This record gives sequence, C-alpha cells and structure tokens, in this order.
Amino acid sequence: MKDCSELYPIFILDPWFPKNMQVSVNRWRFLVESLKDLDESLKKLNSRLFVVRGHPAEVFPGLFKAWKVTRLTFEVDTEPYSKQRDAEVVRLAAAHGVQVIQKVSHTLYDTDRVIAENNGKVPLTYRQLQAVLAGLGPPKQPVLAPTLETLKDCCTPGRDNRDPKYEIPTLEELGQDPKEAGPCLYPGGESEALSRLAFHMKRMTWVCNFKKPDTEPNTLSPSTTVLSPYVKFGCLSVRTFWWKLAEIYRGKKHSSPPVSLHGQLLWREFFYTAGAGIPNFNRMEGNPICVQVDWDDNPEYVKAWKEGRTGYPFIDAIMTQLRTEGWIHHLARHAVACFLTRGDLWVSWEEGQKVFEELLLDADWSLNAGNWQWLSASAFFHQFFRVYSPVAFGKKTDKSGAYIKKYLPILRKFPAEYIYEPWKAPRSMQEQAGCIIGRDYPKPIVEHEALSKRNIMRMKAAYAQRSHSKAAQVEKESTKKGGKRKLPAGPSVVELLTKKPKAKSS
Amino acid sequence: MGWMFRHQKSAGVRQELPHSLERPAVLENFPKALWNEVFHIPDLWRKFEFELTQPATSYLKSTHPDLIQQIIKRHANHLQYVSFKVDSSTESAEAACDILSQLVNCSIKTLGLISTAKPSFMNVCKTHFASALTVVFINSKSLSSIKIDDTPVDDPSLKVLVANNSDTLKLLKMSSCPHVSPAGILCVADQCHGLRELALNYYILSDELLLALSSEKHVNLEHLRIDVVSENPGQVEFHTIKKQSWDALVKHSPKVNIVMYFFLYEEEFDAFFREETPVTHLYFGRAVSKAMLGRIGMNCPRLIELVVCANGLQPLDDELICIAERCKNLTAMGLGECEVTCRGFIEFVKMCGGRLTQLSIMEEVLIPDNDYNLDQIHSEVSKHLGRMWFPDMMPTW
Repeated sequence: MKDCSELYPIFILDPWFPKNMQVSVNRWRFLVESLKDLDESLKKLNSRLFVVRGHPAEVFPGLFKAWKVTRLTFEVDTEPYSKQRDAEVVRLAAAHGVQVIQKVSHTLYDTDRVIAENNGKVPLTYRQLQAVLAGLGPPKQPVLAPTLETLKDCCTPGRDNRDPKYEIPTLEELGQDPKEAGPCLYPGGESEALSRLAFHMKRMTWVCNFKKPDTEPNTLSPSTTVLSPYVKFGCLSVRTFWWKLAEIYRGKKHSSPPVSLHGQLLWREFFYTAGAGIPNFNRMEGNPICVQVDWDDNPEYVKAWKEGRTGYPFIDAIMTQLRTEGWIHHLARHAVACFLTRGDLWVSWEEGQKVFEELLLDADWSLNAGNWQWLSASAFFHQFFRVYSPVAFGKKTDKSGAYIKKYLPILRKFPAEYIYEPWKAPRSMQEQAGCIIGRDYPKPIVEHEALSKRNIMRMKAAYAQRSHSKAAQVEKESTKKGGKRKLPAGPSVVELLTKKPKAKSS
Repeated sequence: MGWMFRHQKSAGVRQELPHSLERPAVLENFPKALWNEVFHIPDLWRKFEFELTQPATSYLKSTHPDLIQQIIKRHANHLQYVSFKVDSSTESAEAACDILSQLVNCSIKTLGLISTAKPSFMNVCKTHFASALTVVFINSKSLSSIKIDDTPVDDPSLKVLVANNSDTLKLLKMSSCPHVSPAGILCVADQCHGLRELALNYYILSDELLLALSSEKHVNLEHLRIDVVSENPGQVEFHTIKKQSWDALVKHSPKVNIVMYFFLYEEEFDAFFREETPVTHLYFGRAVSKAMLGRIGMNCPRLIELVVCANGLQPLDDELICIAERCKNLTAMGLGECEVTCRGFIEFVKMCGGRLTQLSIMEEVLIPDNDYNLDQIHSEVSKHLGRMWFPDMMPTW
C-alpha cells in the first residue's frame, strides 16, 4: 500500500476456465457468493471489487491505460495454465511500464524453494517433505488485512458509480440455473470462512486431539472442518489457518502430522509441491511418476459411477452427497476412487479426476491429480493389493446405514442386514421395502469379489511392466554405442489401412 | 449405421480394424469394390475379440450382430486368436456359446472367455456350454492357449480337448471351474506333455497331478497357479499334498514358479505348509494367522514374493526374521494390516539386504520401540536396501 494513491481490487472472470474445466453449479454459486462477500468487505474500506470479464492478456492493456496503472500485484499460482497466463501478464505489464509484484501466499512455503532445497527433486513422500520443511523453519506469518487506517491515503475511483460491466456476475450470466444447485450448506466468502474457523478453533480439545484417519466418512453431518473449499478459493489464508492452530497448540499436548490439522495443511503442501514440479501431473501419459496402466475405455461405467447408479449403496450414497452438496469426507473419496479405478470398474483415474473437478467445491488441480494417482496406486502408493470393500468399509463406522438412507431414500426401508447389499435381500423383503433391486434401484454393476481379484492381477502386470521397462532403461543407459541399430521398418499394409486418428487428449 | 473402431492389442501394438460393413465416410473416394476386397483380407481377421452385452442393462459396447455373422460366414477359418468378453447377463454368455458352436473349420490357437462383471458363464446350462466349447476343441486341433476361468467346463469337455489338442496345448487357465474334478485335470496333465502354464483351484490339485506334470515325457512346467478359496469358514477341509509330489515337480522343473493365492479365513490354514513346500509366490487376500506365517518361514525355501493383506494385532517380528533367514530367494514383500516393531522390521531388512527389490509396508503397521522410532525407520531401511525407501501411507486430505 506504500505510496499508493489509487487502488483497484480486481477479479478476472477468465473464460478459459469454463471452457477447459467442468464446473458444477454449486461451485459457481460458491464463487459468486465469495465475490459478493469480498465486495462487501471492500465497501467497508471505501473501496469495491471490480469483476472484469475476459482473458487476462486481452483485458489488461485496456485497464492499464484507462486506470493509468503503475503497479500490479497478484499471488503466485503454481498450476500449469496459471504459470503460462501469469508469464504473459508479466510481459504485457512490462510493455506498459507497469511494475509487477508477485507473492507466495496460496501455499505455506514457496514450492520452487522447497524443490530447490531437495536437490532439485520433488519430494515424493510426506516424510521427505517434512524433512525439507524442517530445514526451512516455520511458514511465514500471514500479512494483515488492510484497514481504513492503512488505506487512508488511498482511494478507489468509480467505487460509487457501480459501472455494471464490473458487477458481480449472476448465476444466470454464467450459464447456470440456480434451481439446479443443491442445498447451500457451505456459503462462499471470507466472512463465512473466518467465522467457521473461529467456531472450530473454539473446540480446543478437539483441535488438539484431532486425528484425521479417526474421523468418520459417513456421519450425517461432516466430521471434519470443511474448511477446504474456503482454502481452495483463498477465502481463508492457509497461513492464517496454520498460525491459528499453532496458537492453540502452544503449551498443550497435541497430535502431530500427518494426522493432525497441521498435518492436513502439510498434505496440501505436499501435493502443491508435486504439482508444481512434476510434468504432466494431471495425466498418466508423459508423467514420470505415474504407473502406465491399461485402464478400460468405458464411458457408461463412468456415467453410472458419477450418477450414483452402481448398485452399491455405499458408493452411490457418497456420489449423491458429492453431487448435491459438493463435499465428501476424504475416506469417502478414497472408497469411490478405489471403486472406479483399481478396485472394481478399472476406469482410468483421469476420468474420476474430471468428475471430482466438476462436483467438488474444494476442487483443486494439484490435490485432485495427486490424490487420484495415490488412490489408484498409480503414484506415491504401491499397496495395490489392499482394496476398499464397497460393502464392508462403510459398515465399520455406520452399521445401520443411516448415511445411505439419508442420500438414497429409496432404500430407506431396508434393514441394516441388507442395506449395504440390498440385492441379497429376499424378494418379499424387497417388496415390503417398496424397492425392487433391478427395477427401482440398480443391480450391482460388477461383482466385487470376482473383479477385485482379477484387477489385482492386472495391476500386478502394470507394475511388472514398469520394473521391466525401468530395468530396460537402465540397461540401455549402461550399454555403449555398440550394437546393431535397427532401422525403422516402413509401415505394413495393414498399418497403412488401419491408421488411427490421433487420440484427443483429455 | 455408424462405424465403430475397435481397439485390438497385438503384442503391445494397437491396431484399429474398421468394423463396419459399409465404407466409412472419410473413405468416400475409395472405390467400394476395393474397400470390400481390403476389408476382407484374411490377415485382418486373425485376431478378434467378441464383445457381447445386453444393451438394456449393460454398460459395455457390443459387437454388431451383422458383423458377427460376417465373421462366422467368411472369416471363421482365418481366426487364430479369439476372445469373448461378456457382461453380467446370462444372455451374453449364451450368445458367446452360440458363436463358439459355429466356429467349425477353424484353426484357433488361443481362446479366452472373459467375464467382465460377474461369472456369467456359470449361469449357462452346462450341456450347452460344454457342447459349444467342444466344437472349438474338436475343430481347431491346434489350440495352444485356453483361458476358461469361471466357467462350467467339465471333465468330459477336457477329455475332448485332450483328444484333439494334446500336442499343442501350452497354457490352460481354469481357476474357479467347479465342475472339473481332480481326475479331469489329471487327464490333461497325462496327455498334454507340452503344458507349460496351468492355473487351477486347490481342490483339484492332487499328488497324481504333480507326478503327471513331472513325468519324463512332460516339458518343464514354467508356471503353476493355485487358488485356495473358501466362501464360508469351516465348510471345506483342505487335503494335503505329499512332500514327495512337490519334490518330483521341482526336480523335473527346477525353475517352475508356483504361485498360491489364498482367500481363506484364519482358522482354515492348518493343512498348509506343514512340510517343505516349493511355493515361490504367496498372496494372502484375507487375514492369515501368525502360526501360518511361522510355518512359511520354516518350510518355503524357494519363496520369492510374499504379500500379506492382513494379520492381527500381535507383532510378526519372529516370523519375519525366520523368513529372512530361511527364504534366501525372497525379493518382494508387501505387508498390509499387521503389526511389526521397528526393531524387528529393521532386523528383517538387514538380513535380506539389497535382494529386496520390492518392499511395501504401511507406516501405521510399524510400532516404535526403545531402539527405533518412525523417523529413523526410513534412513535405516534405506541404508540396508542400498536405495531410498519410505513406508507407504494413505493421504488424509
């Protein structure tokens, strides 16, 4: 704010995002709410939010001239599109004589620095990351929010006339039908984020004893903080969250990473660092850490899974909660991810990634890609022989199936004995429950017992292929220039006739 | 009729075969007569995967019925590598059988029946299935690889297989085929001396079978996979195989991989590994008892790979150290839900050293003790393995 006479807080509504990503109406709503909230907060500081529509590279030149901008500041963003976009903006700004200040604030640490400290390599395990961070000291403190005092020499021209072209968009303008949105359980915005944070931080014993794996995936209301959407959108600063927790921990006995609340923020840091440093992180092909697996091409399976029609109530209930409310517990995410990929349907994790990207309020490029690879045993994790059972896993924490009944009311009348496997209920019971399996609720899409065994073989083969090619690579690198060089044969007649068009990338 | 491109994998190379009977739009200028000639080149029809589904209930694509007819009419004798992929409905499995019944005049080398969702072939009437399968067995006469897991294949069908293909059969996978008896599979081993790979369930494994596979006329067996499955605890009593039978097998085929997949409940392991057993790859899909793991250490000197999904709440230190001591060929280990002290685990790794090329253990399995805590585990183990190593964990974000 130093030497600042005019301030223009802007948010750019970049058309790249709706074109290249799936975004559910729930997440659009969250964004709109967040923008409204930010605008309100800025109004209290005698300022306002300008929502600018268009590609950053196209809108900035006009703004630089119209507003006589001399300085531009925005936070460092590690995603591939963002890096490219921001580099272009920096070039444009230079051409217009605008000074650019970029700060790291979306992550606890500077991801580039973390990688550099690890000999230029991305830490591939949580423990490795912890070791590197230990050498860097604690994260920076969050910068304090501006106040009327700090902004006293500054004004925002045009804040009163509310030019409509900079107004917060409505859902309709964004092509969304508000009637399609689910219940608004998690309203967007910084005010909401801070009040939720304050609420949870009051429960000091809970915070200190917090162990994420012990929280339950199928409670009727969330067993964790659900601060993830707010952190994703920047409504809550991850550093604010970190230091608030540190304050509560001080002088008390408390759980530690990876299971503590601090540990959760470090998980986020882990995936952000991986996403920043590993090429093609959100794909299997061209991704150096990802096992290459012969996933099946099965769009109908993906649809059934996405729409909660697999015939496995635990899976379908989770996907229903995801679609209507935009948030599910991490263990619920594990269960459905394993089911889609290596457990049952043998569909590529990239398909699951797309669905989560669309439906989650906290959809985050790095976290989504990283977790999908982890859960499909494609990277970071190798115990492919341990599969979540779509029948047994949920029973551990919800024997009566109350969670299932909440999200799949058609199954409400099934007794606990059959609620996880309704196809096993005798016909008379199904009739009594008013739900015939195969007619009112689908039959199971696959037989888990049989398929999971076969899938373990397939995964084993993929892993064997990986060690084989790794060994071959090592051999290739160690053999010298000697040896016959095979000339590439010309295409055979069959190949010429059956040339496949280049597969489109996802 | 739209045109569909079907993917086929042949030795790692993806080939796309045009599978419409009409010339595709992009080849509009390609003369139709030439198109038909090209479309029916025998070489394009060596390998085919029939995909059979019921559109009303299925999620999979289906091979067009007209195309199926064309293949049967014009290309049955070109087919060499055939597979059938069926969905969860009995009708699809029956359709597969209908096609099989029509594959006369063919010289099929490999045949695979794949159930994608559940064992649908098991719902087909046994006689219908058997008669369809025997058409191929009788007519092909040079079958070398057959995959018929989860089907109602029976002893008489296997007799027909043997009568016509004993010289060429190299691979037979028939896990979970409940209508085959020990005598049925014995007949195969007795006559098919070129058999190199066999997959079956434990209940049809017999001493006589192992001896037949070790007879002088028999080639070296390369791969024997045995599934040991129990649906309900206590219902099945497992017979034992004599040590001499195993010895004979290994003497005849010193490099054979013997792979055993166990899906049993803890109380059911008593019959196994009471004597030296030459198993090389062991996989426990459910829980396995501590006592069983102890016996494995004592009696499985050829063990190369061990995977344990779950054990219990008592540390497995002693069992692991015994395994390290006596299973000198062990190169891969995976431990799921069990308990091991850090000290015990490090001792195990020290004894195995760099020969452990694959080691996977969940971090939560390791119990810190007076000698080591979790932070030291990674550096100690990495030191002994000669490479960077970390335990596995699940992310909690």
